[in-house]
Amino acid sequence: MFAQRVALAPNQDGTSRLLPWIIGLMVYLAGLAMSATMVLEQVIDRWSAGLKGSITVVVEPSANSGDRKAEARIKTALSVILTTPGILSATPLAYADVAELIEPWLGEDVLSLDLPIPRLIDVTLEPNQKIDLATLTHRLETAVPGAQIDDHKIWLQGVLRLARTAELIAILVVVLIAAAAGATVMFATRTGLAVQCDVIEILHLIGARDAYIARQFQGKAVSLALWGGLLGLFLTGLTVLGLWLLARDLEGSLLPTVRWSTPFIAGLAILPLAGVVIASVTARLTVMRHLSRML
Amino acid sequence: MVRFENVGMRYGDEPEVLRGITFHLEPGSYHFLTGQSGAGKSSLLRLMYLAHQPSHGKVSIFNHDVATTPRKELPNLRRQIGVVFQNFQLLDHLSAMDNVALPLRISGARREPIQEHVAELLTWVGLGDHLDAHPRTLSDGEKQRVAIARAVINRPSLLLADEPTGSVDQEQGSRILRLFEELNKTGTTIVLATYDHGIIEQYQHPVLRIEKGTLSLFWDATRGKK
Repeated sequence: MFAQRVALAPNQDGTSRLLPWIIGLMVYLAGLAMSATMVLEQVIDRWSAGLKGSITVVVEPSANSGDRKAEARIKTALSVILTTPGILSATPLAYADVAELIEPWLGEDVLSLDLPIPRLIDVTLEPNQKIDLATLTHRLETAVPGAQIDDHKIWLQGVLRLARTAELIAILVVVLIAAAAGATVMFATRTGLAVQCDVIEILHLIGARDAYIARQFQGKAVSLALWGGLLGLFLTGLTVLGLWLLARDLEGSLLPTVRWSTPFIAGLAILPLAGVVIASVTARLTVMRHLSRML
Repeated sequence: MVRFENVGMRYGDEPEVLRGITFHLEPGSYHFLTGQSGAGKSSLLRLMYLAHQPSHGKVSIFNHDVATTPRKELPNLRRQIGVVFQNFQLLDHLSAMDNVALPLRISGARREPIQEHVAELLTWVGLGDHLDAHPRTLSDGEKQRVAIARAVINRPSLLLADEPTGSVDQEQGSRILRLFEELNKTGTTIVLATYDHGIIEQYQHPVLRIEKGTLSLFWDATRGKK
């Protein structure tokens, strides 16, 4: 018979009915953007780890070079490499080791084919040291014609730059979605204020404080945003799970195995709550600002 | 209790609807406010229940100058004022009980006393069997009684009623006026806007008469005509 009813009329305006769906869509998009950020982060980590710490120097065999000359070229290259600041060690790979590397393509008896197989020097860098690859390349080419640094860094750096840019864009998208959610709630609240202006005036005139009236709108915005946020989270979960299952079946993919880190799961779980907080704060500020114009 | 000093009022940039209004209402007094339709009765009441600021002059309610009282203090003043609006101003989505309970809830009263007092008051105004009814299912007379119950549930120090008997039959009108008399005897200051000269003559309370936005008559039995 007698209930603690909210003073505002429920669902009098169409915007209120749309709000959960809009918030749900925003949480879904933000969830996808966060997921993309996480995958990019892991890709960047893997690629970066591969880049750091070592390089390979390739010493091409020169024409009419015999074993002795080849060894001399390797020694010269080693002397150049080891006098370069930032190099921890340099180990030439034996012919047998090189042959093992190319064995999948040329077969087991590759050494008997008398092919001009390049020699490789595995170079380990000092931790957290940057070396001047351009200078080293120049010095190597001068001392040992045909020697080159086989380093994927140049193109990988471009890919990494692209990945980091994409990551930044994904973060920016999340921020923009949060801003859009705030704007949506603000407009919805303003519509609610316009629709319920009579109710607000009555509450105001019988002594309701601004905070009391704002709480009525806040409560409504929170329930709508929570509903929409949970829906968005559910859809995000379904989509991410589907993509993860698809990616898992790929072999030899450039993508690393996606790890479901706790911060990522917590971040996704926080999205609906973030939606609720944004809705609550925006509704409160909008109503308080509107009421402050009244006597 | 209520003091107006050379008060004017306008809506937006429109010409003033009230001009040079000056009067003083003592605590516990009972005044009729009369005047033709459009004379400014409702506007004067709006100033008294703090819905509007004067365009000039000074309005004091409960010894608080409205212009200088901090905005956050005004709800406390409003809670001491009961208002019966001419068009009832009930919340359609709430039951009669919830409408009447609203001032108590806003004041932070506990739930059980609210339920008890509200049911008692609604029964007293003849709506005991309409506690859960929503305004849209009530007649104008019944809405009027719900509005009156809401205005007096908080035992206000100042009761402002805009045509409170306009939509009820004579018997209910008499009951309402008796309720106002009883409230006045317990110290509630009352201003009742009406065009019904029968009521004014029957109860012999002082009269504020508004004509074309100015106070043309302030008759007080204890002081004579002003």
